[in-house]
Amino acid sequence: MKYLSTVLAIINKDLLHELKSREIVVSMLLFSVLTVVVFSFIFEPGSEFKNEVAGGILWMSFVFAGILGLNKSMMSEITGGNFSALLLAPVDRSAIFFGKAASNFLFITLVEIFTIPLFMVLYNVNIFANGFMPAVIFVLGTYGFSILGTLFSIISVNTRTREVMLPLLLLPVIVPVILASVQALNVYILGHDPADADKWLKLLGSFDIIFTVVVFAVFDFIVED
Amino acid sequence: MPESLVEFKNVNKKYGHIHALRGVSVSFNKGEFVSIFGPNGAGKSTFLKLLCTMTAPTSGQILYESVPLNKLQDSFRSKFGVISHQPFLYSELTAMENLRFYAKMYNVADIDDRIKTLLDKVELYKRRNDKVRGYSRGMLQRLSITRALLHDPDIVVLDEPYTGLDTHASDILTRILTELFGEHKTIIMVTHNMKQGYDAASRLAIIKGGSLVLDMNKSDISITDFEHKYTEAVSR
Repeated sequence: MKYLSTVLAIINKDLLHELKSREIVVSMLLFSVLTVVVFSFIFEPGSEFKNEVAGGILWMSFVFAGILGLNKSMMSEITGGNFSALLLAPVDRSAIFFGKAASNFLFITLVEIFTIPLFMVLYNVNIFANGFMPAVIFVLGTYGFSILGTLFSIISVNTRTREVMLPLLLLPVIVPVILASVQALNVYILGHDPADADKWLKLLGSFDIIFTVVVFAVFDFIVED
Repeated sequence: MPESLVEFKNVNKKYGHIHALRGVSVSFNKGEFVSIFGPNGAGKSTFLKLLCTMTAPTSGQILYESVPLNKLQDSFRSKFGVISHQPFLYSELTAMENLRFYAKMYNVADIDDRIKTLLDKVELYKRRNDKVRGYSRGMLQRLSITRALLHDPDIVVLDEPYTGLDTHASDILTRILTELFGEHKTIIMVTHNMKQGYDAASRLAIIKGGSLVLDMNKSDISITDFEHKYTEAVSR
């Protein structure tokens, strides 16, 4: 119970902080929308080729906007030494991690909720034509990204080149999550049999579980020094 | 024999090639006020980090009431209240929002009553709904004291708490430390301010080059002699 209340306390604090500062979601949303809009200019109207890459463009906009948000989210923790204060609290330190990861998940999800409709209009695709399974893809993909992204943002935030360090550390490791998310989404964008997405969803789910377990096991050692 | 609360047994701490702490053995008793002095880079902050479990020793052991720190539960950290030169506060939140958050993290009962009592003590209750971003350095430090004492810790750890404080804030801090000492709390303070450190303490220590080079009761030495010993130890 204490574990859950710690996670909730951190989520509440992050939401309150974001409501007051509007630093994270606004900058992520601007970046994400701009990426989707700029890439939409590449394709001629009615181009068949665009559907092949549209899923990748959408996920890239989320990944890079997410990296921007993760950096900002952790900056608010290290400014004034707040993260040290969190680590001094008499709580399981992994609860601190999952609180931060959950906040990041919520922020990125909020950005996705605004970006996806715009994407569907600009690229003339209806992701949800065959049901709402793509929503599960977004949830699983965003969860995996938030878990790994939060972990690497904690590692990179104390380096001088944190803006460069985070994508350098995160992107090679996050490849399975991005790949599975893009491939699963493409099944729906291209109108293929939804059953084709199952293998990618299983891969996505498996990676999410593995990453969660690994982070739970190693977080204490990571923050100790 | 006084009751030993925290004990360092031949503790070493290395960061890569840097040997930050070298074979430190020392114990702190309940109700002591220890001022630790030393030049920059002497290992004082590392010492405090080890004490509060912010980092683990490379070798040696740290015991709390004779139990190794690594064998204690997470809840053990509630024994400590840490006041640093950093405020540990979220600038976009108000004083109340910050304190409520930390009170939840420390499972404090009667949160609002406790916050009111402490904010009154540091003369910040009227500014409780102001964003921390607008606070002066002295106000930040006073709020930081409130945050550190919310859960009524047994051991208060202070890392250069007087840095950048105006006279008023400095007086409030000294008054609160005197009160805590009167309540038999164990206080461990790292400071560069020789006079404030000497006046407040019951025991004095000097760390240099990662080693504890002097550890004695205040009653055994005058401030002039201690200053002389400090200069001698640091320039050696």
